Amino acid sequence: MAPSGDSETPIRPGGVSPAGSPSDRSIRVRVSEWLDYRHGTIFIMPAVVMILIFSIFPLAASLIIAFSRIRLRAGGYQVRFVGFKNFAKQIFGSEQFHFLGAFKGISVLGWVFATVLISLVLWWFFRWMRVRFNVLGFVGRLFLVAIAIGLILMIAATVLSGTRFGTLGTTLFYVFAGCLVQFVIGLGLAFLCSQPIRGKTFFRVVFFVPLMITPIGIGYAFRMMADTTKGPFSPVWQWAGLGDFAWAADAWTARIFIVIGDSWQWIPFIFVVLLAGLENVSRDQLEAAEVDGAGRWQIFREITWPQIAPVAATVMLIRVIEAFKIVDLPNIMTSGGPGIATESMSLHALFAWRSLDLGQSAAIAYLLLFVTVVMCVSFFNLVVLDRVRNT
Amino acid sequence: MKNERSLMTQLFEPPAIGKMAPATKIVVYTLLLSWTAFVLFPIYWIIITSFKSAVDVNRGPFFVPWVDFTPSLHAWKELFVFDWKDTLQAYFNSIIIALSATLLCVAIGSMAAYALARVEYKPKFGSIVIFVLSMVGAFLGVGYLGMDWRLSLAVALAVFFFLVKALSKHFKASVGNGDILFWMISQRILPPIVVVVPIYMMFQSVHLLDTHIAIILTYTVINLPIAVWLMYDFFVSIPKDLEESAQLDGATRLMTFWEIVLPLSRPGLAATTLLVMILSWNEYLFALFLSTSRAQTMPILVAAMNAGERGILWWSMSVVIVVMIIPVILMALLLQSFISKGVLLGAVKG
Repeated sequence: MAPSGDSETPIRPGGVSPAGSPSDRSIRVRVSEWLDYRHGTIFIMPAVVMILIFSIFPLAASLIIAFSRIRLRAGGYQVRFVGFKNFAKQIFGSEQFHFLGAFKGISVLGWVFATVLISLVLWWFFRWMRVRFNVLGFVGRLFLVAIAIGLILMIAATVLSGTRFGTLGTTLFYVFAGCLVQFVIGLGLAFLCSQPIRGKTFFRVVFFVPLMITPIGIGYAFRMMADTTKGPFSPVWQWAGLGDFAWAADAWTARIFIVIGDSWQWIPFIFVVLLAGLENVSRDQLEAAEVDGAGRWQIFREITWPQIAPVAATVMLIRVIEAFKIVDLPNIMTSGGPGIATESMSLHALFAWRSLDLGQSAAIAYLLLFVTVVMCVSFFNLVVLDRVRNT
Repeated sequence: MKNERSLMTQLFEPPAIGKMAPATKIVVYTLLLSWTAFVLFPIYWIIITSFKSAVDVNRGPFFVPWVDFTPSLHAWKELFVFDWKDTLQAYFNSIIIALSATLLCVAIGSMAAYALARVEYKPKFGSIVIFVLSMVGAFLGVGYLGMDWRLSLAVALAVFFFLVKALSKHFKASVGNGDILFWMISQRILPPIVVVVPIYMMFQSVHLLDTHIAIILTYTVINLPIAVWLMYDFFVSIPKDLEESAQLDGATRLMTFWEIVLPLSRPGLAATTLLVMILSWNEYLFALFLSTSRAQTMPILVAAMNAGERGILWWSMSVVIVVMIIPVILMALLLQSFISKGVLLGAVKG
């Protein structure tokens, strides 16, 4: 990846005189001249090399591990190529219940849900095809539609049919539920803080604090909060007659509990960025609209939202990327339990690694990477770029 | 009737443009204050738990020190008097690792970002393909032929340089700065769990497991995309004129960068530093894999309070969490004055 150097000819320091013999110039000058001539390479190479070594190389190694069976031997590893076996085990084989969920035929509710959503997806797809068509967009959307239908069928066949879903479903729940809650509350708080109020700095500082605390600490803090016998809210639970209720014992309350902890930590991030966006909206326009007698909701929808939409789309992209990586909170708050109900895919891979099943661990990690990339690329192309184009 | 309406008007209609009606005001402050309570209560609970005795924690909820329970320093004593070696070692490890990783990351990241903002790169597409192929060859050599990794890497690099020297004139298609930037930023999508096992093996093979260097390098790279992204947007917004005149006066690029660009970009640097600092200070997964005893960081210490037959040591854990928050808040206050509000926004606008 050799850069071609600067576009404009750099003006060399010290006056380059080709006529002068090399001994005229000290080594130092020559070195600094060489450094300056090569500045393009010198500036960017550390980053490129570091990313190659610590990101691209491990990524490739992980791919090899995912296609292999690895045995730990004294003083080294024995690697045997097994093809797609590790992936097949997760998707079709004995680990299917763990990754996708337990299948048991689709119930009526599941059929209704699947039919409605799949027809919506197909409708969206065909509508797009009729309006504007290009090959790359077509292939990408076709891919996305296939994956979406697969996921819809998975949800319909597991949760909606009375069984439970695996770590893929749990991860998607964290991402969608978490990001939705965080966006709504973050935007709401930012909107409130952008009103003419006192103590703006105070709120801004206080609301930012959760982002500074280590996720491990947040996990334990929320375990204390959720304790219905010794935690701070136990009087409330006792009063409500739920003294022996435990959040972590039921699959859905445990998942919601983790989303609450996650939101507590990440709402500040969305809040801070959206508040900066809201404060950038021009005051004149807002006041003009107010003079014209527009309502608050109308002002928000017609003036504020279009201006902060690009920022909102990008901040949500960042949040979605980070949300897929969730591992600390479920590990601490529930250790993935009850059963596998709160296990995210990262945690699943971590547990597989702990049981020294490196091939499975890498396969799960790669499946996570695949899902993340598909989701993020779709989000980027369909939401972020769309917003940028429209404004 | 008339009186009532005027009361309603007073309550619900803003007195002037840009002001809020009293009723709205009440709603707004109630919401904001309740969120403040929601944010602060867990932190308050951690702080008071760190002063509770084991009995006080286990007997039920006690809220106010000196009223419900008598605060005791036993957990603090245990950590900072009896076990001071372990605690302080983890603390220093964390400080050294977070500071070095942040410095390295911001330095490398801003250099790359500056270069991408100012220098035009045109790496040939063909060279990249050759590089990838030679690396794949090296991998296969190590993985399936059992070659020594150093030999394999050296051969692959030699082949790469030879082929590029020989063939690069014939390559036409090239990628641009935007592609390089996207490549760097997109590394953030990578879930840590995908790369953590190979990184573990890599450091194991060079005997660097459980050292500061291993964790510092890893943290530097995982945060590099953020640094590059934030700093790139900042550098793009700085006008070029100053640098150009400096170069006309004979300054080298490095000097221009060091003496003109960096001082100008203090707000961006402060925001980036703070963000990278927080992320590397709180990171858990990589530290879990890469450290066993000597290089343990604070998050590992927090998690370690869960081990043992005594169950979770809530009081000691709270102490660790409290002492972990303090440096971050100090750092934030220190950097606060440099950060202008617009920095994050500029980056996010894309």
